[in-house]
Parts: sequence; structure tokens; C-alpha cells
Amino acid sequence: MDFSQLLADVPTLVAVIVGVPVVLAAYIIGGEYLVRLLPDKARPSVRPWIWVGPALAFVGVFLVYPVFGTAYRSLFDLSGDNFVGLSNYANQLSGFPAGGAWIAIRNNLYWLAFFTILVLLFGLLFAVLTDRVPYESPIKSLIFMPMAISFVAIALIWKFMYSYQPPGEPQTGTVNAILAVFHQDPRIWVQDPNLANQALIVAAVWGFVGFAMVILSAALKGIPGDLLEAARVDGAGELTIFRRIIFPLMMPTIVVVGTTLVIFALKAFDIVYVMTNGNYDTDVLANRMYKLLNAAQDYGNASAVAIILVAAVIPVLIFNLRQFRAVEARR
Amino acid sequence: MIGRKFASLVGLAMAAVLVLVGCGTSSTAGKGTVHILAVWSGAEQDSFKAVIAPFEASTGIKVQYESTRDVDALLQTRLAAGNPPEIASLPSPSTLTKLAGQGKLVQLDNGILDMTTFNAQYAPGWIDLGKVNGKLYEIFAWAAVKGLVWYNPTKFTAKGYQVPTNWQDLMTLSSTIKSGGTTPWCIAVENGAASGWAGSDWVKEIVLSQAGPDVYNSWWQGKTKWTDPAIKAAWQTWGTVLGPNNSNVYGGKNYILSTSFANGGDPMFKNPPKCYMHNQASFITDNFVKQDKAVPGTDFKFFPLPDVNAQYAGAHVGAGDAFSMLKDTPQARQLIKYLTTPDAQAIWVKRGGKLSPNKTFDLANYPDDITKQVAQVMTGAKIFAFDAGDLMPTTMRDAYWAAVLSFVADQSKLDSILAHLDSVQATAYK
Repeated sequence: MDFSQLLADVPTLVAVIVGVPVVLAAYIIGGEYLVRLLPDKARPSVRPWIWVGPALAFVGVFLVYPVFGTAYRSLFDLSGDNFVGLSNYANQLSGFPAGGAWIAIRNNLYWLAFFTILVLLFGLLFAVLTDRVPYESPIKSLIFMPMAISFVAIALIWKFMYSYQPPGEPQTGTVNAILAVFHQDPRIWVQDPNLANQALIVAAVWGFVGFAMVILSAALKGIPGDLLEAARVDGAGELTIFRRIIFPLMMPTIVVVGTTLVIFALKAFDIVYVMTNGNYDTDVLANRMYKLLNAAQDYGNASAVAIILVAAVIPVLIFNLRQFRAVEARR
Repeated sequence: MIGRKFASLVGLAMAAVLVLVGCGTSSTAGKGTVHILAVWSGAEQDSFKAVIAPFEASTGIKVQYESTRDVDALLQTRLAAGNPPEIASLPSPSTLTKLAGQGKLVQLDNGILDMTTFNAQYAPGWIDLGKVNGKLYEIFAWAAVKGLVWYNPTKFTAKGYQVPTNWQDLMTLSSTIKSGGTTPWCIAVENGAASGWAGSDWVKEIVLSQAGPDVYNSWWQGKTKWTDPAIKAAWQTWGTVLGPNNSNVYGGKNYILSTSFANGGDPMFKNPPKCYMHNQASFITDNFVKQDKAVPGTDFKFFPLPDVNAQYAGAHVGAGDAFSMLKDTPQARQLIKYLTTPDAQAIWVKRGGKLSPNKTFDLANYPDDITKQVAQVMTGAKIFAFDAGDLMPTTMRDAYWAAVLSFVADQSKLDSILAHLDSVQATAYK
């Protein structure tokens, strides 16, 4: 192993580790110094801005500016030199239902519906079921474990799970091996346009269900025991308790987890890129944007797809923020 | 006034940091450094480092090698940031050609390479490939040959099959094998984001051999449409190889689409074999030896894909690693010169998996008989064409690969597949 390149980076690393805190400290001290020079009355209105300044600057430079830059860029042709108005959007939104970005939009909707619902469903199921068993934490750890795996690795793992050998041969893929036990012919899961989207979404659900389970489980534990006790004393069955007490009390958490999942579904990229690269009718908006940007070098159309994606996420974000506030207010 | 004291302390610390950064980034290595960006990792990276080692030892120049599979994207990013490596190597020259057109590459036949030696050592075909508007921007250090049909000589002899010398014989052999109850071919095209390329090799080899180099060239240049009868005929010829519903291929559609190209030849080595022939580029021998424990010469040999059309006999498709200079430094000049020498190329060739495009290259450097025969196919080719897919713009190439998947899935959709490729072609070459 050649460490010379790493060693060459050491001074830069030291500069970052030492330099960043030093600069921050200098900023805070300098800012505070300047604030003290101001008259007493003015200080409270200036001080917050000094403190929030760096964060605002970061968000501005790395988030707000690029968003507007992308929107601006989406109005130009692929080289970025000629103004073309909305024609990039027209490109992406033409040829319904199979042309432009429509296949990708359709698949994002699939992801949004199936990924979100399945993760919530299984997350809730595992949270409720594990709550009642003595060996709760090992089970929850197991289910949570895929969260520690990167999505690229999840995609590779599931490629093996779905692998195919012709009928009659020993099946090396888990899924087809299970089919073989029931004397069913093996299928190609990822390369068949009728199954591919579902196959990809299942892989993503496996990777994400632990996240939903952990948060929902925490919400479940937050429900006061005496409430359930009282219900039981009043003669309610366990199903009724779940339906009438646990579920309503968990609803705010479910909604927050759900919106997070919706945003993830809209941004879905890695699994699609690794498993199919959008072939077999599985393209999604993020992968389409990547292809337009890197393969076609078409900045205009890539920006247009990015803006379509942002436009789709914004309502969910607003809803999510409102929900957060509602949950906060209830506390 | 503690604040002020602390502030001056902070100032002092910052000054120290800046000095430190200054010392760290100023290059203190003896003879300078050259950065090179390429796709090789693992065993290939070791081979490339072995090539570089004597260069570093003799010149004292440090070579910083950076590897990425997504080299096109990274190179574009680095260029946009104004921080390109001095040298980049790409498996597909189309990106480099595009960059040359944008003036991002350094011209090499303008005092950098000794053109008398270079012209004497390289065949005109390889030199022209590196030229954009008559100026040389790319050189090729290593090459590979495609369109080699691998077979198991022991199993062939056992069944009394003969190595075919023309296309008709190949088709006859194919139906003989099929009537014996075994699928003649093994084909596998899965390769993650690059799925389909292994099938695209078939089509481009047939285009070259069936329609000739003129059609081949105007095809990858985007001047001949995909719906052109010559190109359509090539797909149809491949369709006859695959057979109706891919019945000439082991495992049919499902196996072709879902199996990685790297495992494509495996069923050939099963006992009894599941197929008898596998068309793949020269590098695949590495997989045969490692995955299938096959012995070169006894378990596998090759014959070049026979000429489809006798008019274009001896036509072969190859590929190569193109090198370009993005920044003109004395160190980079030395390295690029070094890479064109047979001595440098021999280091990797001996380690296996590569051929040298250099005419003066000594055949004795090839590690085994099969590699030597592959090299002879390349040097003896009457018509030698570079991989058409790698010469097409990336969007066109990607659509070509995807079209292979659609064609294998349903051959009857050929017309609509080709019409779609035409629509991509209309915009991809801008």
C-alpha cells in the first residue's frame, strides 16, 4: 500500500483540524468584540445575526444559490450558452406516457407509494410485535442492521438474492431457491420489466424498515402504561387498544416518518443505478438527471429534471415542517 | 482586555497554520510529480504501477496514480474545477476526442513526441485514431482484440466438431450442436450500469465484417442511420446466431440478461458442457483460468469470428487504452513518451491481459501461446477497426447497450428499437 499520497495530505488535514476551530473561535470572539462596541440597546438585535451568520452563509452558498443557479441553468441549452426558455421542461414532459421523463416520474410514484407504505407497515408491525417479547433488543438490532449497510452494498446483496440459473440447475439466488422448494420455475426478477420495479423497491424496503421500526418503537414506548391499563380495566381487547389508543397516539410520529420516507422515495438513486441503471423500465428522476449530466453532458435538461424533482419534494417538505411544529406544539 | 489578548493569540495561531499549509502544499519532491487518472483498480492497478516503477526509478519523477470507474464524470468535474490531472487514460476515446475539440487537450505531434520514431512504430490506423482535425491528441499504449470465439478443444474433438473457417460453416456447426441436444452458444450481457456491451460487441463485429469498414465508420460517426438496411441486417444476423427466442443460447433470454459477462463462459466448462462456444474479447482468458480452473490450450482455445462477407475478409474489431495530456509539464511529457515505448508496454503485457499496439513489439514478450496468437490476429488483421461503441458519444453508446437488452428480450421489436436509436443519434452528436 502506498501511503505517500496520504502523508502528503497530512499538513492539509492538520490545517483543517486546527484551522477550522481557530477560525470559528476568531469569528465568535471578533463578533462579540464588535457587538460590545455598539450601544447597549442595539446589541440584542445584532447579536443573533452574528451567531446565526455562519449557518446562513453556508446554507446560502451551498443550498440556496445552487437551487437558483440550477433553475437558471435549466432555461439554457446543453452548453449553457443559449437561452432556450422552457424548452428543456417541454422535452422532459413531452411524449406522455412513455417519452421524456414520464417513465421516471411514473416509477418515482411507484416508489413513493409502495416504498413508503411497505416500510411504514413493516416498521409498525415490528415495533408493535417486538414490544411484547422478552428478547426485544436482539431482534430489533437484527432488523435495524441493514441501516448500517450503504445502499450500493444493499443493491449488490439483492442482486445476489435475485440471481438466476436456468430451470433444473441449482439456484444460487435465495429468492429463486425458495421458489424451487415449491417446484416453481425460477424468474429473472431484476431484468423483467414487469417485476423489476417491485424487486428494486423490496430491496430498498429491506434496507430501510429498521429506521421506521426504531422511531415508531420509541413512540410506542412513549405511550403511558396507565392509559393502556385503564383501557384494559374497562374491558378493551388488545386489537381495540391498538386501533383506538396506540395508533392515534402514534399518528404524529407515523406521519413524520412517512414524510421522511416520501422524500427518500423521490430521491431514490443508488439502488436503481447499481441494479439496472434505469434499464427494464426502472428509471427514476435522480438517475435520469445523473445520466443527462454525466453521460450526455446536457446541463440544461439535467437541471430541468433536478428542478422537477425539487418541485415534487417542496410540498412534502412544507407538510413535514408543519407536522414537526404540530408535534412540538403538542408537547 | 482578556478578549484582545486572546484575539492576538488566535491571530498568531492562524498565521502558524497558514505557514504550515504553505509548506505542505509546495512541492518539495526532487524531480516533480505527474498526476494520472485512469480506470484500473485491483490487479490491473498493480500492473500499471509495475509499468510506472522503472520510470520513477530512472527519472526521479513521482507518479501520482488515481483510479476511478466513473472516469468520464470525474474528469469533467476536475476540468470544470480547473484542476485536471496532467495525464488521463480512458477506455473510450470519444470523451477525449470531445475534449480535444474543446481545446482542453495538449497537442502531442507538436514537439512532444518524436514523430519519426512514433510513425515508424505505430500502424497508421492507431495514429489516425488519436487524431482530431489532423492533430495528434491521443496515444494508445495497450490494446485488446474482440470477436474471438472461445471453445473447448477437448470437448470439440470428443464430438467431432471442426473449427469453422467461414460464416456458413459456423452456422452449420451451430445447428449440428443444437440438433445434438445442447445449446451451441453461451452469451451473457449483464454488467451493472454498463449492461449490454457484451452483446453490442457481436453487433459491431458483424457490421464490420458484413458491411465493411466504410459503413462501419460512417455508422459510429453518426452519418449512417441505425435503420439503414446494412445496420439492420447486422442485428438480424446476430438474431440468427441467437436463434428464434434465443434458443441457440444456453438459458435463453433470462440467462443472457441476468448473467454477468464475467460468468458468461462458465457453462462451457461444465461436464457435460452446457454450450460449446463463447464470443468475447481477449481479456476473458483471465476469468477462464481463475473461475473455471481451465488450462489454456487444453481446456480453451479460440478461433476468430469468421468473415460474414468474403469481400471484407480478415476484419477485426479491437479496443485500446487511450492516453491524453491535459496539462503540459516536462514531467508529463516524459511520461507520455515513456508509455509509447515497447519496453514500457512489455511490462504489462508480460503480466497478462493486454496486447501492445506497437509494431516493433517483440512477440516473445507475450506470456503464453494463446496471447501470442491473439496478438497475431491483431497484427495480421487486413481490416482493423476500433470499437465503434467506444467511439460514439456516450449517450449514443449507452442507448446502443440498452438496445441490446431490448433486442434480446424481444427480437421482433427490432424496428422500433432501431427507430429509437435513430432518435438518439439525431441529438447525441451535437
